[in-house]
Amino acid sequence: MTPQQIIFLLTAFVAVFSAVNVVSTRNMVHAALWLIATLFGAAVLFALLEASFIAVVQVVVYIGAIAIMFIFAVMLTRRDIREGGPQHNPGWWSAAVISVLVFASLVVVLSNWSGFNTVSAPPVPEDSLVLLGKALVSPDAFVLPFEVASVLLLSALVGAVYVAIGNKK
Amino acid sequence: MNFWTDPIEVSRQWLVGLFTGWGLAADLANILAILLGIILLVVFAMVLDVFLVWIERKVVARFQDRLGPNRIGPFGIFQPFADVIKLIIKEDITPATADKFVFNLAPILSLASVVILWAVLPLASTVYGVDLNVAVLYLVAAGALGTLSIIMAGWASDNKYALVGAYRMVAAMISFEIPMVVALLIPTILAGTLSMKGISQAQNDVWFFVVSPLGAILFLVAAIAELGRSPFDLNEGESEIVAGFHIEYTGMKFGLFYAGELLHAFTFGAFLGVLFFGGWNGPLPFGDKYALIGIFNVIAKGMFFYWVIMWVKYTVPRIRIDHMLAFNWKFLTPAAFALLMVTAVLHRLLLGAETWVYVVFMLAMNLVFGWTVVEILRALARKQRESAEGKPWPAAAQN
Repeated sequence: MTPQQIIFLLTAFVAVFSAVNVVSTRNMVHAALWLIATLFGAAVLFALLEASFIAVVQVVVYIGAIAIMFIFAVMLTRRDIREGGPQHNPGWWSAAVISVLVFASLVVVLSNWSGFNTVSAPPVPEDSLVLLGKALVSPDAFVLPFEVASVLLLSALVGAVYVAIGNKK
Repeated sequence: MNFWTDPIEVSRQWLVGLFTGWGLAADLANILAILLGIILLVVFAMVLDVFLVWIERKVVARFQDRLGPNRIGPFGIFQPFADVIKLIIKEDITPATADKFVFNLAPILSLASVVILWAVLPLASTVYGVDLNVAVLYLVAAGALGTLSIIMAGWASDNKYALVGAYRMVAAMISFEIPMVVALLIPTILAGTLSMKGISQAQNDVWFFVVSPLGAILFLVAAIAELGRSPFDLNEGESEIVAGFHIEYTGMKFGLFYAGELLHAFTFGAFLGVLFFGGWNGPLPFGDKYALIGIFNVIAKGMFFYWVIMWVKYTVPRIRIDHMLAFNWKFLTPAAFALLMVTAVLHRLLLGAETWVYVVFMLAMNLVFGWTVVEILRALARKQRESAEGKPWPAAAQN
């Protein structure tokens, strides 16, 4: 095994283990903290793929903003941090069957794929960040989705300010 | 390539040669050499941290017209070792109702979020942990982990003071993160790269402080808030929430928070030096060529800005949380965005101009911008005063 494979296996194990804990722990703040561990594992996977920008943004956005928001929301809205209700709903077995089927078909498809040995991953360009930045603002690449997303976020911001101001006047 | 220009690469090759001479595989020898480098960097940061305790105590004493530690060793320089021994042998108390695992993890994460910053701090043109092409964002990501550690400490302590302290601190940190990111974008635009090494190299001729002094001040203010130091130290308040989020921590666990805070302040001072004050360029010449001079320059700037942060801390009283958040959202954030836009447009217009033309125009823009902001603030203050005290306040002033 190469060092990269060892790191990948460790990270994948930690991420999956934390993901299981997110849904199985009864303490809501613990669930949020396990979610952070999962998200951090995803960031490490991005870093292993040499997508450094996405790895760092994963930490900034998901851990720095969204997970902190989760913890705040859980702490501020609940009197009792523990979740007392049943942890399964009646349809749990159908979800389990679908997950097993999807996982099995993924295993079958990927084990029959010859690309693992024949296609070598293209080298990551030295200035991948510059290419990404240019692609986001270039008319023949992603400028339209980029701007649409910006407008969406701006409208959310305006909406939040409107709700916060209320009907004072 | 010799030792004086590139000590890290020379030492690495010497170490790899030594290890392979002992019969280790080349890969393993390489990994060992890199591990040793990491340990050396972290140990350097931690030993520096021990002496920062002494510096902090000595400087605060001077600001308060005292002598500070002066019994152990010359000028009390060995005082921090006594402090460390005291912290280690103190009773280690975990509250009975605390969430043990999270409670113990929080101080480690708090210090770790500071130490990992050293990975991207370029000490000299050849001495750095890693030259990440997203180093500026990495700075913000490490700050996110620091925020997380505080909320973990506040929640796991199961103490109302701790929770209120953590809420205040996190509210301040996530608010001031925004002007901080915008301030970080200014050197990014000027240098055209997110890499700390690239930003330092771009300041070979002119420091970014000359080109964008307002950006540097903005970063300093946002950094002080991010560090939770006075006047933004809402995380503690002896008269209201006592020690804030670390109220339940004793012994070395408290020591980790304290060490993290001091090292954080110094590290942000060093980053201010790297981002706006040339990094390894100046005040001593040839900092970009000789590694030791470069390291001296970066550490000296870090110490200076650490002193500036202390100077602010021990001079300005704590401000109220609503004032602090209003200051951030109604003043600092809009000002930062306006400054960013003006800087970006002017930088684009002056692309390809002579260096002195560029510097003069940028500096003039900063002065005009700063003057405009002050005028707007003055007009606002006058309006508020008039609405509070009635119109004819100049007449009242004559009495």
